[in-house]
Amino acid sequence: MNATAAARVLPEPLEPESRGDYLNAGYGVKSWLLTTDHKRIALLYLASITGMFFVGGAFAVLMRINLLTPDGELVSAETYNKLFTMHGLIMIFFFLIPSIPTVLGNFLLPLMIGARDVAFPRLNLLSWYIFITGATLALVSAVYGGVDTGWTFYTPFSTTYSNTHVMAMAIGVFITGFSSILTGLNFIVTMHTMRAPGLTWFRMPLFLWSLYATSLIFVLGTPVLAISLLALAVERFFGVGIFNPRLGGDPVLFQHLFWFYSHPAVYVMILPGMGVISEVVPCFARKRIFGYGFVAFSSVAIAVIGFLVWGHHMFVAGQSVYASLAFSVLSYLVAIPSAIKVFNWTATLYKGTITYDTPMLYAFGFIGLFTMGGLTGLFLAALAVDVHVHDTYFVIAHFHYIMVGGMVMAFLGGIHYWWPKISGRLYPEGWARLSALVVFLGFNLTFFPQFVLGYLGMPRRYHAYPPEFQILNVMSTAGASILGVGYLMPLIYLIWSMRYGPAAPSNPWAATGLEWQTPSPPPTENFENVPVVTEEAYAYGEERTDA
Amino acid sequence: MLSDLPLFPARASTIGAGVDHLFFYLVAVALVFSTLIFGLVFYFAIRYRRRSPADKATQITSSVPLEIAWTVIPLCLSAVMFFWGASLFLRHAIAPPGSADIYVVGKQWMWKVQHPEGRREINELHVPVGRPFRLIMTSEDAIHSFFVPAFRLKQDVLPGRFTTLWFQATQVGRYHLFCSQYCGTNHSLMGGWIEVMEPVEYEHWLSRGSTGDPMQVAGAKLFERLGCSNCHQSTNQGRGPSLEGLYGRRVLLEGGGTTIADDAYIEESILKPATKVTRGYQPIMPTFQGQISEEGVFQIIAFLRSLKGERTQVVQ
Amino acid sequence: MPETHAALAHQFEDLTQQHDAATLGMWIFLVTEVMFFGGLFAGYTMYRAEYPAAFAAGSRLCEVALGASNTLILITSSLTMALAVSGAQRGRRRLTLVFLGLTMTLGALFLGVKFLEYFHKFQEHLIPGPNFGYTGLSARQVELFICFYFGLTGLHALHMIIGLGVVTVMIVLTWRGRFSSAHYAPIEVAGLYWHFVDIVWIFLFPLLYLVDLHR
Repeated sequence: MNATAAARVLPEPLEPESRGDYLNAGYGVKSWLLTTDHKRIALLYLASITGMFFVGGAFAVLMRINLLTPDGELVSAETYNKLFTMHGLIMIFFFLIPSIPTVLGNFLLPLMIGARDVAFPRLNLLSWYIFITGATLALVSAVYGGVDTGWTFYTPFSTTYSNTHVMAMAIGVFITGFSSILTGLNFIVTMHTMRAPGLTWFRMPLFLWSLYATSLIFVLGTPVLAISLLALAVERFFGVGIFNPRLGGDPVLFQHLFWFYSHPAVYVMILPGMGVISEVVPCFARKRIFGYGFVAFSSVAIAVIGFLVWGHHMFVAGQSVYASLAFSVLSYLVAIPSAIKVFNWTATLYKGTITYDTPMLYAFGFIGLFTMGGLTGLFLAALAVDVHVHDTYFVIAHFHYIMVGGMVMAFLGGIHYWWPKISGRLYPEGWARLSALVVFLGFNLTFFPQFVLGYLGMPRRYHAYPPEFQILNVMSTAGASILGVGYLMPLIYLIWSMRYGPAAPSNPWAATGLEWQTPSPPPTENFENVPVVTEEAYAYGEERTDA
Repeated sequence: MLSDLPLFPARASTIGAGVDHLFFYLVAVALVFSTLIFGLVFYFAIRYRRRSPADKATQITSSVPLEIAWTVIPLCLSAVMFFWGASLFLRHAIAPPGSADIYVVGKQWMWKVQHPEGRREINELHVPVGRPFRLIMTSEDAIHSFFVPAFRLKQDVLPGRFTTLWFQATQVGRYHLFCSQYCGTNHSLMGGWIEVMEPVEYEHWLSRGSTGDPMQVAGAKLFERLGCSNCHQSTNQGRGPSLEGLYGRRVLLEGGGTTIADDAYIEESILKPATKVTRGYQPIMPTFQGQISEEGVFQIIAFLRSLKGERTQVVQ
Repeated sequence: MPETHAALAHQFEDLTQQHDAATLGMWIFLVTEVMFFGGLFAGYTMYRAEYPAAFAAGSRLCEVALGASNTLILITSSLTMALAVSGAQRGRRRLTLVFLGLTMTLGALFLGVKFLEYFHKFQEHLIPGPNFGYTGLSARQVELFICFYFGLTGLHALHMIIGLGVVTVMIVLTWRGRFSSAHYAPIEVAGLYWHFVDIVWIFLFPLLYLVDLHR
């Protein structure tokens, strides 16, 4: 039952002076662009990544329409190659990697630990500006014709044979990497030094454990990507041969350096989502999470083991057989902590008392779709099977199940869950539940056929394909059109709610957690007095007054 | 129209059955666990739906036996997957003795195939059923990948290096060949067909059509033309070691150490000669990078393989 | 009620928390720098294992005397930096300024010597690219070594330049009396950074200048 069902009356917008919250602490562009308030910075990121999401999404739409016909007549081969490259780059570097950490992480971390802000607020703002600089460079490069190397920039194609704006794009991604590094650094220091009295590590919400693990990856992995892209740019600009066999180099070295970051990066792209699910499920089942310690440690285990599996992208790249064996074993090991989380979330539902609010619907979707995506990862970890499905649509289906079926749904779930806190408004529940359903259905129709296409042998990054693959491609495109509608709906009604949604109480979900002890939206300083924490996380089931 | 909906690829190689069976096991595990999780979530969501504000949850929050169970069981299932996949992979890592070699060069955007007997093909590979073949492959430019879905096999081809892929076809037919490593504009068009034929028809095909010299003959001519024979004389009196009977033998290197004179060693000696110098000789061989094509390197290799003879390595 | 102090930022409860955060932050940043340089070191290691003779030849093209002098200069500057931090810890403003100044001088000297080395390379046509002038055997692999030479030392020099900037800022702030024995974290943190840049050089020097020295 929705605690605020009775309160759904359209209010008059409140007078600005009567609200002392962070949204009203100063007006004008300068107060936003020069803010050091973590909550405002979170909204700056939200606007930026939403914009990038729809740009990346537009490229995907063009790709899927092109793939309606076997000869790929919508766009030329050159254009198609640029579309899939830009889609990947934008979605990965400018949407997924920042998404939950920079929006929900920035907004919630200080609130959840009872602090007034993060450890380095000005560095936080700098991180956003670095992100914007990198994103601008990427968009400018796109406008001038984009890049056609694939988001993986494999050499020697990217260094020697591509005639597109590789340098600009590589530098754009390089710059954006520093945004991640500084954000990760900020979060780690904040969590170590600024927790409120009584908030031990094992009383922290699991969202913060996930954020911590993510920050570890930001800090340890991103610099290696930076050096890889720098070396690529140097090779291309100066005509030297670090990765070019004609000039003494080894193209596979690039792959090792690239994937050393880019594999852990995929855990950056799922751990925060898992953290959101760990918050939402207990709240809407009114139950403490099952296996807190196991879920917390599995986040760290995923981050650590995640650094040891990069070679599973290179089983057929000319890597030694022994290395491939080692990477295969480790890839199975890294799957286990994720499985542990799924079982713990499911067990949390057992004998709970469950409601179907939108965040919970997204959580249900996440649990199912992430499970499917994770299970198909096991196919890819199996050496002999990977030889067949590597670089086919099977891989594309696998990672979209995790990143879109998993992470994007978790992102939407989290945005809806904390929307009242962030905006001070309630979103329209009916429309929200409908779009969750549309997203779920559209997603499955888009990506399930791609598993079949992959095993049949349709390679990825193909602008045209043999005619027998057409039916499955048409199904996938049909799904994509539905999915697109499902994403446009929240964009519309969430913006609508900022002006016309009912005012939100401080704790509309009667949830535990320090963030819900502040008004909706919170004042700039978050807490008048530093709270003292005396209870465990997810203390559902104790007597408490609903908001 | 639904009968046109392909759901499973043709299977035409000896490793195909193994890969498919492992795949079915993986599908079974995935189905079981997806159904389990979807089912449980669905069931719990309905069974424990809050029907009145007074409904309370039962706070069961940990069970170490359960945690152990759902850690160990997935570990065991994964162990099966790993060992099965690794065993197939390892068994397929080395071509069986007696495999015939075929040379493949990938370039933007075509596949050039060279049968040792002399027949060349573009974007097609004719092979007889029931015999093992080893493809020795390289690229002229970017990284490509030789992918035959019906064989369940692929291997990246790299510039400046050889990679190999062996297979034995089990079924006559015409199967897709795809490039599966993105390589530029016409990556999607860089494909063709594998024609698996009856052995008798293959012999006919091989002897038909315009052929060049058999590779070893072409290689012998190249060996002369590029001046290799000036230094590499069969008497061991030249500035370079004799190459008679070299192929496949152990070579003593300057500075200690040994190596086997295989395809990669020969290619490296032609393109980066100072990397491994034969013991007792000076590092004076010039590089032929830029003067010899990938096919030329293959031809020299074929020629050297054909050189029988006692191998005597003189250490001065 | 948070302790008030002119230097206490609003998000912290007290100066100790602020100090701890600053030092932890710098340590984490240094870890990221280790990973950053680590990628280059990994590439160097791989290629050196593959082409030992060429890398030895390339190393002989580097000027050991200048490299060794720079090593001494940099180690000394780390000493002066540590003394500056110690001075700041004890609230000794003049002493801190002296040692910060010495550090800066030594750092600038380091960069001068580095520039001289680069200039020599330029004169001898040893800049990687189409005009690379080395024509011995394995020229391409020697060029690869020189790429790593410029990459590693260039990246290091960039970090030195940033370090000099940081030290300059510290000098200005110390001059203005911003620090005391209660609040000196920025100098300590600058010191950590400077020591790190020194340590990177300690690894670079033997790997680039001292390969196969006895030949």
